[in-house]
Amino acid sequence: MSTITTARTVFDIKDLNLWYGNHHALKKIHFPINKKEVTAIIGPSGCGKSTFIKTLNLMINYVPNVKMTGEINYNGQNILNEKLDLVELRKNVGMVFQKGNPFPQSIYDNVAYGPRIHGTKRKTHLDEIVTKSLMDVALWDEVKDRLHTPALGLSGGQQQRLCIARALATKPDVLLMDEPTSALDPISTLKIEELILNLKEKYTIVIVTHNMQQASRVSDKTAFFLMGELIELDDTSTIFSNPADERTEGYISGRFG
Amino acid sequence: MEKIMPAKDRLLKSGKNGLGNEMRGKVLVILCAVIMISVTISITIFLGTKGLQSFIKNGVSPIEFITSTKWNPTNKANPEYGAFPFIFGSFAVTFLSALVAAPLGIGAAIFMTEIAPSWGKKILQPVIELLVGIPSVVYGFIGLSVLVPFIRENIGGLGFSLLAGTIVLSIMILPTITSIATDAMSSLPKSLREGSYALGATRWQTIRKVLIPAGLPTLLTAVILGMARAFGEALAVQMVIGNVRDLPSSFLDASATLTTIITLNMGHTTYGSVENNTLWSMGLILLIMSFVFIILIRYFSSRRKMQ
Ligand SMILES: Nc1ncnc2c1ncn2[C@@H]1O[C@H](COP(=O)(O)OP(=O)(O)OP(=O)(O)O)[C@@H](O)[C@H]1O
Ligand SMILES: [Mg+2]
Repeated sequence: MSTITTARTVFDIKDLNLWYGNHHALKKIHFPINKKEVTAIIGPSGCGKSTFIKTLNLMINYVPNVKMTGEINYNGQNILNEKLDLVELRKNVGMVFQKGNPFPQSIYDNVAYGPRIHGTKRKTHLDEIVTKSLMDVALWDEVKDRLHTPALGLSGGQQQRLCIARALATKPDVLLMDEPTSALDPISTLKIEELILNLKEKYTIVIVTHNMQQASRVSDKTAFFLMGELIELDDTSTIFSNPADERTEGYISGRFG
Repeated sequence: MEKIMPAKDRLLKSGKNGLGNEMRGKVLVILCAVIMISVTISITIFLGTKGLQSFIKNGVSPIEFITSTKWNPTNKANPEYGAFPFIFGSFAVTFLSALVAAPLGIGAAIFMTEIAPSWGKKILQPVIELLVGIPSVVYGFIGLSVLVPFIRENIGGLGFSLLAGTIVLSIMILPTITSIATDAMSSLPKSLREGSYALGATRWQTIRKVLIPAGLPTLLTAVILGMARAFGEALAVQMVIGNVRDLPSSFLDASATLTTIITLNMGHTTYGSVENNTLWSMGLILLIMSFVFIILIRYFSSRRKMQ
């Protein structure tokens, strides 16, 4: 397993354990995440993928009775340290959810939401951010004439891209995505995958997926989780052609999971 | 034990039974609906004709009725039928009590759903249910024996006042507003909260900029329902408001509302007399207002569905 930490590491997770009450959901996870790479997380249902990704921006804090030990170093700072500025962390580590969850507001207000709460007031500046974020997710041409209409009028795929734009608007450097295409049709899925490949130039992306093809298409690194353990983390090509662990091989060849 | 029938027979048999039940059920339900609708229509028609008689048969000017401030129906030589003070009183107590109860009720709802869902709900929920269950005469009685003297001694005036009516009504409509507002807030999807927190919003920002706007149509419905209740409440208000025929010039002045005037005078006016008919006209105004409230609620709930 390649767990060498370098200057290219954005997240460096060391010996992370997590319990939901008595249930040991993440076990001794060591996981470096590299800058400007796409890391895919695969594994059978219930293995802890969502749990893991939610620890990276501490959304896990909203689940009651969670206990964690170990370190999650983000740019050298352990975010499990109590003195952490959550607002700052989430500004920098954006998240996209399984199902697009736009606010029942206009398209513009959705994208401007993050910058506004973080203190951007000037209209021209907001306009600029909104335009740029929507362009980044290739939604601009589709919505530029109806920026002030309800976001919930968009299609499912458009809503999901809007949510990505909303996350990009706070200028994060990491983007977490938990099964971002599992509720979408194949064409919308393809669009999001293309988008991920483009965003990779500027952002570090961690994506949870149940779709092996998707993992192999979009990611540089793939991590295989099983029952709360990180079984294997390696280059995607290696994982899919020549995995070191037989459980990984069993999973990707569809023998279980 | 019953003999097991082949599947086909079982299906056929149960199908027949089902159809019979289906018909009976349908007839019963339609009957209920027809009764409901005809009762509503009858009341509307009755109130409509009775309410218009004072204008059509007795020649009371509708303009005078709605705008004049002089109410003197018992003056034999020169009876006056200006109901404006009561219309004003009804609207005043309704809006003022909504103004007090809406922020309190919505605040309590937010407290229960967002700030302290575990113990907040445990304490406030029974309190609200209790408040709903208290009959209005008890509210009036407490207002009369506690609130009215308190206002008289500490604030001024007679105590019987617009202020006392407003306070009593505020407390009475608070549970209505709180419980509907609580439903409104707790029915908002978790994904909205997650989306906002994940962008780095604080809890307060999430409440103010995402949750309240998202729940607004239902929150407004809650306030309108509260107002409808305030507008129609008679007994408790009548016990504390003073029931004078003059237009109040301050919060501390006694006043009257449409409902209090109706309850006070319906007993000692003779059916068919001009004064009695003008009371029906006031009843008609109440009915029209309740239609207005219903239309508003409809409007807000259609906006909610659009979201
Ligand atoms: N809020 C919670 N409270 C208690 N246990 C939980 C909670 N959330 C998840 N778990 C448990 O933790 C384990 C990991 O769950 P998690 O949601 O991370 O799985 P997952 O890999 O994302 O699965 P899926 O592919 O189905 O989304 C599961 O056994 C699950 O039942
Ligand atoms: Mg999951």
